[in-house]
Amino acid sequence: MTFFLETLLGGLLAGTMYSLVAIGFVLIYKASGVFNFAQGAMLLFAALTFVSLQEQGLPFALALLLTVVVMAIGAIVIERTVLRPLVNRSQITLFMATLGLSFVIEGLAQGLMGAQVRALDLGIDDVPVFLGEVMVSQFDLVAAATAALLVAVLALLFNSTRIGVSLRAVADDTRAALSIGINLNRIWQIVWAVAGIVGLVAGLLWGARQGVQFSLSLVVLKALPVLIIGGFTSIGGAIVGGLIVGAAENLAEVYIGAHIGGGITPWFAYVLALVFLYIRPAGLFGERAIERV
Amino acid sequence: MGKSLRRSIAGAVLAFGVYSSLPVTAQAAANEQFFPLATYRVGAYASSGIPVWAGMIDYLRYINEVEGGINGVKLVWQECETEWTAEKGIECYERFKNGLNGAPVALYHPNGAPAAYALSDKAAADRIPLITLGYGRTEATDGSVFPYNFPVMLTFYSEASAVVNYIAEREGGFDKLKGKKIATVYHDSAYGRETQGPLALLAEKYGFENIQIPVADPGNEQSAQWRQVRQAKPDWVFLRTWGVSTPVAIKTAARFGFPVDHIVGDIWASSDEDVLPTGEAGKGYLALTPYPGGADFEIHRKIKEHILDKGKSDLKDPKSFGSVYYNSGLVNAAIAVEAIRAGQAKFGQRPLSGDEGRWGLEHLNIDEARLKAIGFAGLMQPLALSCSDHEGGGAAKVQQWDGAKWNLLTDWVTADRQTLRPLIEAKSAAYAQEKGITPRDCRAEQ
Amino acid sequence: MTTLSHSLPAAHDSAPVELLRRRLPWGLLALLAVAFGLVPWLGNDYWLNAILIPFLVLSLAGLGLNLLTGYTGQTSVGAAGFMAVGAFATYGLLLRVPGLPLPLALVGGGLIAAGVGFLFGIPSNRIKGFYLMVTTLAAQFFLEWVFTKFPWFYNYASSGTISAPRLELLGHDLHSPLGRYLLVLGSVVLLTWVAVNLVRSQIGRNWMAIRDMDTAAAVIGIPVDRYKRLAFAVSSFYLGVAGALWAFAYLGTASAGSFDINRSFQILFIIIIGGMGSIAGNFVGAAFISLLPLLLNQAGQWLLGGNVDAGQLQNLQKIIFGVLIIWFLVKEPEGLIRLLSNLRERLAIWPLRF
Repeated sequence: MTFFLETLLGGLLAGTMYSLVAIGFVLIYKASGVFNFAQGAMLLFAALTFVSLQEQGLPFALALLLTVVVMAIGAIVIERTVLRPLVNRSQITLFMATLGLSFVIEGLAQGLMGAQVRALDLGIDDVPVFLGEVMVSQFDLVAAATAALLVAVLALLFNSTRIGVSLRAVADDTRAALSIGINLNRIWQIVWAVAGIVGLVAGLLWGARQGVQFSLSLVVLKALPVLIIGGFTSIGGAIVGGLIVGAAENLAEVYIGAHIGGGITPWFAYVLALVFLYIRPAGLFGERAIERV
Repeated sequence: MGKSLRRSIAGAVLAFGVYSSLPVTAQAAANEQFFPLATYRVGAYASSGIPVWAGMIDYLRYINEVEGGINGVKLVWQECETEWTAEKGIECYERFKNGLNGAPVALYHPNGAPAAYALSDKAAADRIPLITLGYGRTEATDGSVFPYNFPVMLTFYSEASAVVNYIAEREGGFDKLKGKKIATVYHDSAYGRETQGPLALLAEKYGFENIQIPVADPGNEQSAQWRQVRQAKPDWVFLRTWGVSTPVAIKTAARFGFPVDHIVGDIWASSDEDVLPTGEAGKGYLALTPYPGGADFEIHRKIKEHILDKGKSDLKDPKSFGSVYYNSGLVNAAIAVEAIRAGQAKFGQRPLSGDEGRWGLEHLNIDEARLKAIGFAGLMQPLALSCSDHEGGGAAKVQQWDGAKWNLLTDWVTADRQTLRPLIEAKSAAYAQEKGITPRDCRAEQ
Repeated sequence: MTTLSHSLPAAHDSAPVELLRRRLPWGLLALLAVAFGLVPWLGNDYWLNAILIPFLVLSLAGLGLNLLTGYTGQTSVGAAGFMAVGAFATYGLLLRVPGLPLPLALVGGGLIAAGVGFLFGIPSNRIKGFYLMVTTLAAQFFLEWVFTKFPWFYNYASSGTISAPRLELLGHDLHSPLGRYLLVLGSVVLLTWVAVNLVRSQIGRNWMAIRDMDTAAAVIGIPVDRYKRLAFAVSSFYLGVAGALWAFAYLGTASAGSFDINRSFQILFIIIIGGMGSIAGNFVGAAFISLLPLLLNQAGQWLLGGNVDAGQLQNLQKIIFGVLIIWFLVKEPEGLIRLLSNLRERLAIWPLRF
């Protein structure tokens, strides 16, 4: 029983790491209807920028601030060169454009800052902590707390600021938002910048785990089933989805994987997502699309 | 409407594209030997690759500039990006196999498991030997069935055996292995599964419990796997991961409280790039390698003097000088150079063809004296290849990471190749049967 | 945003007014004559092995995906998974059914892939758009895992790889580059001809009706679910054959890793850049995708060769590749094929315009 609890708890905590990546997707999808495959590349770029700045001897806070500035500039450039010319195109076209974008960002990241593996030390000890009999990781607890904090900040941003209100207006009905004079391009820039900053947070936590290197961009594949389960348009959904995926994946690997040869994590989350999808075709928290003939 | 013309335009565009991407072929044949370099400098594995190419290029440059080539035959090389994939690997191979400006190819490094498998048959048809140090088909050790594949120095089978031998040494003898648990955490791919056969055999022979735990690619989340390790409570973990799955494994092991000094990494989990990101968690991590890290070997002194200090090195980051992967590049290049030297002894001091390169490899004999002469003593094991044995060596050193550099713990730990040979012969015979190959008679080749 | 429909842009906003105008497609015939007659004479090994064979196989894979995505409007990013099914099934058939001729093994592999595609197409009755895309991603990862995990599929080879046990047709050995080229070319021409007729048939028109708006299609009495599943099956058949050819005619030896997610993206790129809902577009797109990296590489070596660090050159190529993809998407949403036909129309009236 202890082992089960431990697996469950460990899985839930691991899931918050997926949620962190998924939140970036949700933000962009909500505001601009773009399924942003370049989120992984943005995450890599942000983490690499931060580590490179730190290597130059900059203190933690300054490096963080500069990285945020870089991500904001990046968001403006992306909005100008990719999103604006592609406005009103089909979603699949925009998706493909973000695939192209991911090539550009990855090339830039590795070209400017090198391809070698960087160590990233956030000063959080990755050691086991015992809650009674149950072992959890201290690092995981910090990651979960960070996710909670991030969600709180985003909620504050969306609910209590002018930008947040216009953003929700855009997400709700783009045309109506435009007609009352909301600057769509500005909203997009802000959302992409925020997504970049969320990417930075996720990139730092993942980077501390596995080193800052190219493979960071692969964590997007982990976030997709999270999105499906939680829905593309709900931040709360991203959190819940992450928890479900993390727990299910860990339990499945231990209890099912052992019987069919193991290594089932890459697809198990997707199949789980599929089951959810079949029951609720717009995710747990997603909004149903209304089709008009 | 217009479809036909559209296609002809498409055809024209295509034809132009094809034409302009053709490799430049034969101008004047010179006294040069071509060294094709199929490299990966972008993508997920670039961080592992970059120091390897630097090691290779630096050694080739050293041979050219200090020793005046191999017996006067200058080396030329060109790079081609494979991104560690099979298809780009094939494209590069096809581009390179006919040589460069008349300089022929004697040997080919596929540099990457997918390309090595995909090229295996093609290279045999083109009569170009493939050198795969520390990877590739293990059964290709049997040169009677695989005349053009050379998994030199340390195959995955030998690696498994060397690990078991090392653990036995640490436990105080083979009889102490009985009842011990050795868990293999492996990358769930052809590479990772390759040691299952030999480990099952050795487990039966020595009576240890053989636990296999797969990590699916890319392996950036491994809590489920290490929870299984924790539950199984093994005495030792043999870590057979690749790329990002190695640092994640080490960190996750620490997170679950498994002692890192009882994890032995395999040849592809033994580099500086694998442990650097782990910080504190990686201190004490053990790894097996046929080319230990360190910049104190004789060859490093020479390369430093003639290449590095003159600003001619391919290394971008001088800290990588003497890293495990840099040294692997040196060893890879040295084997190729020595094989050509061996071939030249028979065919004359001129550029060699693929078949002549193969002869050179099969008659390669780098003994201690030769290692000393070329400055590789201690960095590389003695290597003697023959028609029936394309592996040679079969030994590795065990090194330990202290948080900043690798320290050698042992001398060469030799694999028990006799025990595993029947497995290899069974596999190669099965391959020969599947493909309808009649094995060469190696006794006739002597 | 939520009311945005997930459907694709209609590929024929300007519907062709005239129906089939029967006349001999001279350009096409000439192209075929060159492909069958001239290329075998002129092409060297490098052309055939490294350029023409992969180009043709990718075109076929693009065609398969285009039937599903471009003609029926069901976005799939699991194309490579179905290619893997075709490759492993063909291998299994050749290995385990003695005396089975190669074409039958290819068709058999395709049919098995079609069956698997049909299964993964079942959810398409409820799931749409990006959510459906995830179904295909699940297929991709699941199939990749199956072909790594169960040694039966690769005949217990320790390397986990498969290679064609025999490659012969009517007693001719097809192992030479030319033989493999002709095998691929023959298959591609035959299957393209079938596809051209398929999309002009009742089935093809129903598919396009579903693509343009599936609710509307249901209203006019098209059995939408059945036709969606059929599209999945037919598309997977094409992908399966392409996968088998990719494994045996191009790579020679393949493993599950040869059909990873990046291959799926590559094929999606082909149809988007070439042109959705266009047969010829697949060929143009495949040419673009397979030749551009080579051209960039050559250009890089030629322009900058030696002066620039090799790693930087690779990164630069990656960036240019990404920029070109975005640029094409911005400039011509209907793909290169549209660009080419515009060019043709302009040339037809050049230099005097109306």
